Order: sequence, then structure tokens, then C-alpha cells
Amino acid sequence: MSRIERDQPTDNPAGPQPLRLAPLDRTTLALYAGASSDHNPVHIDSDFARRAGLPDVFAHGMLSMAYLGRFLTDWIPQSRICRFGVRFVSRVELGTALVCSGEIVDMAEHDGERLARVEVRVTCQAGELKVVGEASVLLPADD
Amino acid sequence: MLDRTLIGHCLTPHSVEVEKGRLRFFAKATGQLDPVYLDETAARNAGYRHIPVPPTFLFCLENDSPDPWALQRLLDMDLGRLLHGEQSFVYHRMACAGDVLTFEPRLSDIYSRRDGALEFFVRETRVTDANTGVHIADLRCVGVQRNDRRSA
Repeated sequence: MSRIERDQPTDNPAGPQPLRLAPLDRTTLALYAGASSDHNPVHIDSDFARRAGLPDVFAHGMLSMAYLGRFLTDWIPQSRICRFGVRFVSRVELGTALVCSGEIVDMAEHDGERLARVEVRVTCQAGELKVVGEASVLLPADD
Repeated sequence: MLDRTLIGHCLTPHSVEVEKGRLRFFAKATGQLDPVYLDETAARNAGYRHIPVPPTFLFCLENDSPDPWALQRLLDMDLGRLLHGEQSFVYHRMACAGDVLTFEPRLSDIYSRRDGALEFFVRETRVTDANTGVHIADLRCVGVQRNDRRSA
């Protein structure tokens, strides 16, 4: 299961703060399969994964995206998220400790509010990119 | 080769109730400790009608179709060779526990890369409130099939 460990606030307190997760274990993948209704056996059945030519089960891409969602809603209320999209870059193997991070890369005025474009990513501890994407979020004008 | 003539095919729509127990299970599975996603009172205090559907959970509700592998079967794909390539959400209204949502998926594109070694299929899904018809979100899922050289 994942633990919450936070970096110290940076000099950009307005942006989202990295979310660091515990190394992924089989229990987490089984729980996520049940909770998400994604029962593809490549994520929960090692025998099936090996028959498919894979070394073992690997994490659902959507588990990483769910962590990214947590990363965003830890920062701003969910109702402010307008768009959220990712590309899954490489498989997340068992034992990987994921890190979610991102930063505001663009800001535009939108009906008296500010529409921020946030680049988001999930990496493993060594820095290898697993998931990359973008979210559009509305920030109050006086933030 | 995935059958290109199926581009535009609409899959059977389904409606599903957002159950608060499922939302709590999803919170547990994703390590979510924010009470807004666990507790009805905390959610209401934060301005939501009930526990909100988290950002990616609409994809899970889409999996709650009576036939979750309908697209994979339509295209005659092997689950062991499939990867999730991309996923995106455009949000129009928040959905909460107790809502009943309708999912209308459509196969919108098929294309290949690397001389057919990778084939991509795109499913676009409109989500509306089953009772009011209000447009909740649009989902876009890009799946990838790995083909070996013989089948490429």
C-alpha cells in the first residue's frame, strides 16, 4: 500500500508538490484490479503473464494515472480540473517506487479565472519516465 | 491486422450507479487518505453533493460494463499482447456517489506504427447523467496491440 511522504515545500508553493509512493507490491495490484474493475490477468496472474511472454505481472497504467489524480487533488479541488490526459511510456514493474511530479507551464486568462496548463509525469526512483501527460486546471484569479 | 472497417462502430451503451462503497474501495486501493474521498460529511463540507468520483474513476465505471472486453473481442485481440497507450478525460460536470451514469463508447480510429508491429485502436466514450442527460465527461482511450513479425 502507498504511504504519503511529502517533500518540503519549495519556493513555488502555488504549484503541486511531488507525491512519493511505496514500492508496488502484488497486494496493491490485486486491490487495484478489484477496485477498478480492470481484471486483465496480466496484472494479477503471474502464470498468465509468463505465458504471454512477460517476466511477471506489471502494474495497471491506470494505477499510475490514479496516483497522478491524487497528486493533482492534493493541490487543488477536483472541481477545478478541466482536462487530464496521459501517455503510458513504459511498463511499471513490481517493486517500483513511483514518484508523481509536475509544474505549471502556461497560464491563460479564462472568464475571470486563470487556466493553468500543468505538465505531469510519473517516474521511478531512478528517474525513468513511466507516464507523461498534461492537465488543465482553473485557478482563482487572485491566487 | 485489426479490421479497419470497424472504425466508427458504436459499442453497446451501459448505465451504472456510482456506489459509495466502490469509491471507498478505490480510495483504499490508491492510497487516498483525503477524507473528501472517503467520508460523506467531509465531501459535503468541501462543497460536493456526495463523495466525488475521483479524476480517473470514470474509466473504472466504464469497465463496469456487462461486457468489459467487447471491444477486444470485436477486434479479435489477445489480452496478453495489449497495452494501454494513452488515456484522457475532459470534465464537464462533477459526478458523485448516488449518480447513475451512462457510458456510450465508440471505436473512433485504428492505425499502425513500425510497419504494423504496433497497432493502435481508439475508443471515445461520452458520459452523461442517466437521469438528467447532463454531459459529465468525455473519455478517450488508446490501446496498443503488440504484433510479432509473423502477424505483422
